[in-house]
Amino acid sequence: MLDIINLTRRFGGLTAVDGVSLRVAEGETVSIIGPNGAGKTTLFNLISGLDTPDAGSVQLAGHAIAGLAPERIAALGLARTFQHGRVFGNLSVRDNVLVGAHTRLRTARSGLPILGPLAELALALLRPAAVVHEERDLHAEVETILALFGERLQSRIDQPAHSLSYANRRRLEIARALALHPRLLLLDEPTAGMNPTETTEMLEVIRTLKNRGLSILLIEHKLELVMQLSDRVVVLDGGATIAEGLPATVRDNPQVIDAYLGRKHPAEVTNLPVRPASALTLEVA
Amino acid sequence: MATFFDNTINGLVVGNIYALVAVGLALIFGVAGLINFAHGSVYMAGAYVGWLCVTKLGLPLWVALPAAAAGSALLGAAIERCGLRALYGKARIAPLLATIGISFILDQASQLIFGPFPQAFPSPLPTTRFQLGRVSIGYLDLLVAAVSLSIGLALWAFLRFSRLGWAVRATAQDRDAAQQMGVDVNRVNLTTFALAAALGGLGGALVGMYYGSVYPTMGFQATLKGFAAALLGGLGSIPGAIVGSLLLGLIESYGVAVLGSSYRNLFAFGILIAVLVVRPGGLFGDRRGLPPEPMTGTFIATSRPVRLPPWAIWALGTAAVLLPLVVPNPYILQILINAWLYGLLALSLTLVSGATGQTSLGHAGLLAIGGYASSLLAVRLGWPVEVSILAAGLITAGLAVVLVAPAFRLRGHYVAIATLGIGEIVTLVILNWESLTNGPIGLPGLPPLSLFGTPLVSTQAIYWLSLGVMLVILLMHARLDSSHLGRTFRAIREDEVAAQSYGISLNRYKGLAFALGGFSAGLSGAITAHMYSYINHETFGNTISILGLTMAILGGMGNALGAVLGAALLIIAPEMLRFLGDSRMLCYGLALVLLVRFRPQGLMGTM
Repeated sequence: MLDIINLTRRFGGLTAVDGVSLRVAEGETVSIIGPNGAGKTTLFNLISGLDTPDAGSVQLAGHAIAGLAPERIAALGLARTFQHGRVFGNLSVRDNVLVGAHTRLRTARSGLPILGPLAELALALLRPAAVVHEERDLHAEVETILALFGERLQSRIDQPAHSLSYANRRRLEIARALALHPRLLLLDEPTAGMNPTETTEMLEVIRTLKNRGLSILLIEHKLELVMQLSDRVVVLDGGATIAEGLPATVRDNPQVIDAYLGRKHPAEVTNLPVRPASALTLEVA
Repeated sequence: MATFFDNTINGLVVGNIYALVAVGLALIFGVAGLINFAHGSVYMAGAYVGWLCVTKLGLPLWVALPAAAAGSALLGAAIERCGLRALYGKARIAPLLATIGISFILDQASQLIFGPFPQAFPSPLPTTRFQLGRVSIGYLDLLVAAVSLSIGLALWAFLRFSRLGWAVRATAQDRDAAQQMGVDVNRVNLTTFALAAALGGLGGALVGMYYGSVYPTMGFQATLKGFAAALLGGLGSIPGAIVGSLLLGLIESYGVAVLGSSYRNLFAFGILIAVLVVRPGGLFGDRRGLPPEPMTGTFIATSRPVRLPPWAIWALGTAAVLLPLVVPNPYILQILINAWLYGLLALSLTLVSGATGQTSLGHAGLLAIGGYASSLLAVRLGWPVEVSILAAGLITAGLAVVLVAPAFRLRGHYVAIATLGIGEIVTLVILNWESLTNGPIGLPGLPPLSLFGTPLVSTQAIYWLSLGVMLVILLMHARLDSSHLGRTFRAIREDEVAAQSYGISLNRYKGLAFALGGFSAGLSGAITAHMYSYINHETFGNTISILGLTMAILGGMGNALGAVLGAALLIIAPEMLRFLGDSRMLCYGLALVLLVRFRPQGLMGTM
């Protein structure tokens, strides 16, 4: 489904993504973990077309997509969410999800220069029966998608997105991504800032999507969630892949533990002064 | 060859003056993240203070120049404290609009105080020129060089060595972090504005002396040139602003020598657009940076729109149609005709700037294109007026897309500068393309409005025509708003990055928005031209762009019905305030400032 070979992106002297290769098979859920600044989000930006790689290739279902404009990549079936949430604040929940379906609109399809946009304008003004039907079907589908999150979003369908809680905005982002009918879904820290209950709910939502056969590439810091959902885990550090494999194997990899917890400084290991227990008790007394 | 050296000296001197303006803009952009459209007005104020000191009070230069700096510093501080401080943390467009309003107020105020005409500002320095080899240099050239060099050094020392200077640099790098480290960010802002204004005012006084006159609208050109220079070097960078200014001064000086002085301003605007399009980061900036992710991407005040019930809309529409039968007073009808024609402009702006989020400050240029297109078709080709008006709408639509297309990749404040520059370029082209447009003489004797071959001469007939056209466009907008295009435009406004990631082509939809907006602005300009039976390059001045934007904001950005309401209110209200005389124009600026501060979502709410 997704095939990344040797992808590299440099910012000045810093190599944010350094020769990363990665595959996601059809129906597979792959997680990317790694400390902050490891290059995870930059990798997502490169895949989704918001940033252009300096080297390497990206293939989505057989199409070479590296360097394409984001809208072209979206049209090929890639949907993503954003780390800090990028919902359309002044649009209603419904309209946010409808925008997600933009690539599927027959009305907006013609790519001819000048004539295409004019035809789209004419269809929007005249609204023949086909356009009305398409819009009605999409509206019905929005309700179905929102049902995935229970009452959380359904009861707020006509509210502007800026009035939603942080967790609800993250949910709305996923709903919008689903409306694209993606072949591959990129989720950038879907549970960031969520409490344990909300995290469990999100885990169930992602599990449902996985069980439906959706291919998912997931960035996540909460390892418990990663262990439960992932078919494979890729660990990034300093822009490069340092480990890859089954969740359990990766978890026990010493390099990964180092990257996450940090090594002890040699001086700390050897010269750590050990306080006598008596001194402690004296202080308390 | 001698002229080459003279042009170089001239370019460097003018560049030094631009640097005083551009450095101020760069300082403010760096610290407050704001493009200060009022900067030119502060510069104008400094010029007038200098002029007052020298010509009216007979003070020597070493008093007059510091006085100009001090006076404009006070003004700059007042702008920050009273006009902008309350707006930090609000919608990002708010302070930008406030500076536009403040600039409008200051320019109008100086027109009221000093009169609209240029005042002679003779330089008190001796006019003898030295001959150094092939180059001739005057005392004034030396003064300008000395002032800007010493100012540059003083500024560098201030930023480098003083505690307040450190605070300014820290705030520019990371406002939140600076605040948490105990930097009084408000004090830094105030200082920055005062400092920038002092430099600008000094620049204004020197320019006044250099060209021998001061006039109320001199600030507008200065703002644009300052932007061009600061952008060329990389917005927010002080060394960049200085280099950009010197380059701009030289390019202008050589360009004028080759092409003639009527092209002077075209270079600045050409550079402005070219830099924005090719390298928005400027010569020294990064080319490929990705904008940070906002928590919510709202560039516009959030609100829920006020929904009128359908019967109320029908009642209002019917009342508007029947009005000429009940009130045949031509004076009242003429005011309402203006309201409907401005309504077309406001509809255009509420679509382009409101719904799609592309803040346009160049719409007067679109009106001018529409007016000229229709006039030329009717006069030169003898087309029936109604056909040429319609064709003018289509031509404006096409030209709007072509002219603004290079700026489609820009965002936020940059779009505002680009459209401002594009509007000015349109005016300059009209002025200089004499074989087509008659240049400054304009096109007199335009045929009157007509419909199906019948000339419309009665005020009632013109009223119905303009109302009819406006209503058709209003209905079109309402229908678009409920279609997929309505939400697609708004998705671009809310967050371009997210919109693109969901398959929305920015070029396609910004193009559509500007085409639609150009169409209704073009119709408005065309109808206005035939109604006055005369058009020239000043018929649609740049204040009209600001007025149209104010109408759209007053109604509620993106709200079509609101735009018409805003237009009607802003056209009718000044008529009721006739007793105020010329100061009525001030009210427009004041309305914008108050609106942005107290009701940014407008009367009918953002849609």
